[in-house]
Amino acid sequence: MAEMKVTLCGITLDNPVIPASGTFGYGYEFASLYDINLLGTFSFKGTTREPRFGNPTPRIAECPAGMINAVGLQNPGVEKVISEELPRLRQCFSKKVMANVSGFSVEDYAYTCSRLDACEEIGWFEVNVSCPNVHGGGMSFGTSPEAAAEVTRAVRGVTKKPVIIKLSPNVTDIVSIAKACEEAGADGISLINTLLGMRINLTTRRPVVANTMGGFSGRAVFPVALRMVYQVAQAVRIPVVGMGGVSSAEDVLEMMLAGATAVEVGAANLVNPFACRDILSDLPRVMEKYGVESLQEIIGGIKLWEET
Amino acid sequence: MKQGIFRICENKPLTKNVYSMRLAGDISAVTAPGQFVNILLDGFFLRRPISVCDISESENTITILYKVVGHGTEKMADLPVGETLDLLTGLGNGYDLGPSGDRPLLLGGGVGVPPLYLLAKRLLEAGKSVTAVLGFNTRDEVFYEEEFRRLGASVLVTTADGSYGIPGFVTDAMKDLSYSYFYTCGPEPMLKAVFFAAKTGGQFSFEERMGCGFGACMGCSCRTVTGYKRICKEGPVLKKEEIIWQR
Repeated sequence: MAEMKVTLCGITLDNPVIPASGTFGYGYEFASLYDINLLGTFSFKGTTREPRFGNPTPRIAECPAGMINAVGLQNPGVEKVISEELPRLRQCFSKKVMANVSGFSVEDYAYTCSRLDACEEIGWFEVNVSCPNVHGGGMSFGTSPEAAAEVTRAVRGVTKKPVIIKLSPNVTDIVSIAKACEEAGADGISLINTLLGMRINLTTRRPVVANTMGGFSGRAVFPVALRMVYQVAQAVRIPVVGMGGVSSAEDVLEMMLAGATAVEVGAANLVNPFACRDILSDLPRVMEKYGVESLQEIIGGIKLWEET
Repeated sequence: MKQGIFRICENKPLTKNVYSMRLAGDISAVTAPGQFVNILLDGFFLRRPISVCDISESENTITILYKVVGHGTEKMADLPVGETLDLLTGLGNGYDLGPSGDRPLLLGGGVGVPPLYLLAKRLLEAGKSVTAVLGFNTRDEVFYEEEFRRLGASVLVTTADGSYGIPGFVTDAMKDLSYSYFYTCGPEPMLKAVFFAAKTGGQFSFEERMGCGFGACMGCSCRTVTGYKRICKEGPVLKKEEIIWQR
């Protein structure tokens, strides 16, 4: 019997498969398609202090084996999330959910997390210091170790729940940022957010997305994500949540061997709304094929050439 | 919404670059005219959202009309009969027949015409007297004029270059008509012109570049009088009174 349970920052998950923020709303769109309690958990749509419409449309561009999005953190704001989204979420999801939070100042992050802290259904905070689609915020906190540490300390100060910092790949040294977050009190690191990308329409000569640039995700980014997960997992002692292009049960195993305790699935949900369910139903077969009896045991189990 | 595998029964050109494809499969999620399907194509990451033009409950088929505009639709045009496709069906809200009145007017522009066909069929079944104004750029691009007529609708065709039917835009034909309500689908400049020319309430079907097509990604959001809406989920059909457009 394949054992899929893993423990993420002190909370046991039935399995490590987690739909990534921004690809799963607040859960109920998907709950009408399948029982989302099959999932380990899910990370809800990035939530900010104030409501946000986000960027002008078009916000989406297609790429080979991936897509660009420039949504820009559209969300109803933390008060409506508490009063409207979470009650709806409770009706279709009985496990602890991961609260993805974003902000434009250190105070924003702390305020939003402190408002959500009392919500019992929230198991973890995933603090997004890496959104590439908003100006003067988001990613700017995730591109310097000092700023990332400052956000970590501020959020750490308002909650006892595990704090996972979600990092941007659009940096020269992701390891130093991950270490700074760990030292500032983070309980975990998740990565990668999207890679900054761009497309141009040859007919109109305009960028395909109105925001000019956007976040590139999908299958194509998997090798980059895997490499960064590996680098960070080597350097920190706290758990790492791996994501970026994950589309199959095989990808989940690769991420876990690289050091991920749990694995988020993003763009794949948008193309196949059943992607996470399909990955989960495939996992036991793939585990058996590769001689994996327990997922918890393969975390960081990569065997380097030097060691063999 | 449902996911299903559909078999191509027919895939033929109607004009130089507009094709008609008939697909057989589980059509039970298609509940209203104006809804769309989202089609997965080999070699492309995102699905292609295309409106449903017709549905046959007896044969379990839907018909979609699509214009070849890029690599994805080029690939679709090459697909042979018998091939299967992965579709998400029953997407979007579709048109609300409720407020149509007795003499609804349908205004379609180019590949905005297809969803109005199933709408015309449903309105005629409900005993309404339907007028359809179909707008195209030029004579060679005209399609479905006869199909609408065979349903029992009164049909007017406009061409922007005057090469066929009434010269001008759908709004030029609209001026002289009396109607109880209107339904429209077409390029945004046309929708805007209809918005300002219309004498009654009506419904507009919008197009936007989509990520998922089922409400998850927030890729196709718009502002309305009643708040933010997703074109794929609370749309693609919006009522006139919801739309924020200023002259």
